[in-house]
Amino acid sequence: MEVVRNKVAAPGTPAAPGTPEDFRAKQLSAQQMLRGDLDGRALEQYVEERVMLTTLDKAQNWARRNACWPLGFGLACCAIEMITVIGSPRNDISRFGAEVVRASPRQADMIILSGRVSIKMAPIIRRIYDQMLEPKWVIAMGACSSSAGMFSNYAVVQGADKFLPVDVYIPGCPPRPEALIYGIMKLQDKITNEPSLGWRKRYDAEGTEEPVA
Amino acid sequence: MPDATGLELLAQRIRGAVADDAVVGTAYQHEQAMLEVAPARVREVLTYLRDKDEEPYEQLLSLHGVDYLPEEPRLGVHYQLLARARRERLGVKTRVTVEDPVVPSVVDIFPTANFHEREAFDMFGLLFDGHPDPRRILLPEDYEGFPQRRDFPVGGEPVLFTHNEHKYPRWYE
Repeated sequence: MEVVRNKVAAPGTPAAPGTPEDFRAKQLSAQQMLRGDLDGRALEQYVEERVMLTTLDKAQNWARRNACWPLGFGLACCAIEMITVIGSPRNDISRFGAEVVRASPRQADMIILSGRVSIKMAPIIRRIYDQMLEPKWVIAMGACSSSAGMFSNYAVVQGADKFLPVDVYIPGCPPRPEALIYGIMKLQDKITNEPSLGWRKRYDAEGTEEPVA
Repeated sequence: MPDATGLELLAQRIRGAVADDAVVGTAYQHEQAMLEVAPARVREVLTYLRDKDEEPYEQLLSLHGVDYLPEEPRLGVHYQLLARARRERLGVKTRVTVEDPVVPSVVDIFPTANFHEREAFDMFGLLFDGHPDPRRILLPEDYEGFPQRRDFPVGGEPVLFTHNEHKYPRWYE
């Protein structure tokens, strides 16, 4: 590995902005500030140039929305559509940071219910959902997982929100790739604005938050 | 496919070899031969058809549960047999009541009947006497009822459309 040594301008000497010399000079001036040499006007300028203010919640939500990893989980025919959305360069879902399909619910942030949920599958999905770490989100993809679709019968759960708190419902049979991407964008908006949107209250689940140690 | 005459001859042979009351009736419709057999004689008739008849049917293709709701006895089991060498098919059916839906199991005669009988139990509540593993096969173990019976509610939930909105007043609450 080659070590590149840049010529370092002396502190206080003006360097052309944007150059490595300028950046190095700013770093050196930060060191000087720590020594107490910077004050008044220079300190204010320093803050303007290098400090961005936000709340920790906002920064956290920004990070969460841009790395919302889905669980590698498919139920029925919508799963094939989901694969084409996640896996194809045409609908490049990594633009939204959701292309990292995790094989373990412990590492996933979001589960996409892609297809009809049979009554035999429902407890398994519930267990997988419970194994996911908070914060976690659920997208009901397609008519079947939203409201059982055409399966109005004894074998299919009439809407996945009977046993899960669903955040985003995507209509369609199956939804277009654009619809799924739009649903993910809606989920991102939801994460940015209000991560819970009161679902714990709606589903009578207050007090089930996992404490952050 | 035995024709109508061949079906009657077959029924006569079974009555002679198994018992007089074994064959309850015959039906030949849509080029399909169907024997109706008393439930108690199913095993003997199928054994006879597989091994001893001069025109044997060595393969059980499928086994179905049936519900003839308005008629009595209500429930039934269909066995579809195939003679591969002669390319002939034969249906055998038996009828049981809902109150006593017990049919002898034919798993030891035709091992393929194992899962078929479990499914018929799962969907119709037919009890197969002598089945080695009489559990549900498709539905969850704790499922209540037998959903393919015709008096079983269809299930599902009413869906609100504009044409039936008046049926659910104040739905938005």
